[in-house]
Amino acid sequence: MFNQEQLNAIDTIIKSHLIDSGVENVIYIDLAGNSITQHDNGNSTLDYMAFAALAAGNFAAVDAMAKLIGESEFSLLFHKGEKSSIHFSKVTEDTILITMFPKTISLGIVRLKVAKVVTEINEICSA
Amino acid sequence: MALVNVKTKEVKVKIVYYGPGRGGKTTNLEYINNTYRNQIKSEMVSLKTQDDRTLFFDFLPFDIGRIKGFKVIIQLYTVPGQVKYNATRRLVLKGVDGIVFVADIQKFQRKRNIESLNQLYENLKTHNLDLFELPLVMQYNKVDLANKGEDVIPTKILQQDLNSVLRVPAFEASALGGGNVMKTLKKIISMTLASIQDQLF
Ligand SMILES: Nc1nc2c(ncn2[C@@H]2O[C@H](COP(=O)(O)OP(=O)(O)O)[C@@H](O)[C@H]2O)c(=O)[nH]1
Ligand SMILES: [Mg+2]
Repeated sequence: MFNQEQLNAIDTIIKSHLIDSGVENVIYIDLAGNSITQHDNGNSTLDYMAFAALAAGNFAAVDAMAKLIGESEFSLLFHKGEKSSIHFSKVTEDTILITMFPKTISLGIVRLKVAKVVTEINEICSA
Repeated sequence: MALVNVKTKEVKVKIVYYGPGRGGKTTNLEYINNTYRNQIKSEMVSLKTQDDRTLFFDFLPFDIGRIKGFKVIIQLYTVPGQVKYNATRRLVLKGVDGIVFVADIQKFQRKRNIESLNQLYENLKTHNLDLFELPLVMQYNKVDLANKGEDVIPTKILQQDLNSVLRVPAFEASALGGGNVMKTLKKIISMTLASIQDQLF
């Protein structure tokens, strides 16, 4: 469970690395399907709660598939769409970060920025 | 464990409807969704197979106001009941705070109810949870069938089969018409909130 300072810091990290780089939506959730925090670029009408529940289910299902074939996890989970794509990344043992970005941003950039966010959130958690 | 967000002052509680396939879990959520549609902001999500069976889960979130300054959001889930979907059932139980066990009172389901409850116990163990310590409500569903002359299991027998050791609150219900759906829901919400009280400071 995060305290107030940690949540503030997480919000700042997500905003500065992802939203300010042109990402559309970022949702940080736990594996039970609860959204911990969410950010968007100001023109989103996403149903966050439904999205978080589905994303956690999706992630858990893929994770269970990995175990079945003897992988500890799939490091890249990514869905490509016509206009936007979705990137999933495990952050801590029981949280994941989901990033929705337009086709004007490359997957490479998103992966780089998400990796930074993951590192910084983990630093906050262990601080 | 309920997710408490000290920044947004929100508590999210996860309640799972569990039980054998075709018992009426999805019907409970559909009734709640239809009855309270204008008070529920999010859409109900249902992941179904083509023949209308639950594939992964149903999901229905709603607010119930504030407790100790925290906005309380109840998130209802159902599990897929079919025997072959146990791996998915286990996934849905992740982070559960309270459980409604929906038993089907039709006579031919007697064994399936017991098996499902035993499997619930085992599935919770994989998450290091103990059925005896979680808030739990029993719902004996489809009581309307008794009036139609169908072969049903008497409540006394259901209590013996499913609730003689657990001894949790139990309701006879008829989810299709809404009978005792809200009573079941209110009971599990109040038990679950009582159990997480000390997580709220
Ligand atoms: N007679 C009767 N049928 C019910 C009742 N509740 C559910 N059903 C029916 O039982 C079937 C299975 O219900 P469903 O909610 O999909 O079960 P689930 O597999 O537990 O999600 C459906 O055809 C429902 O209409 C009830 O209270 N009475
Ligand atoms: Mg169902």
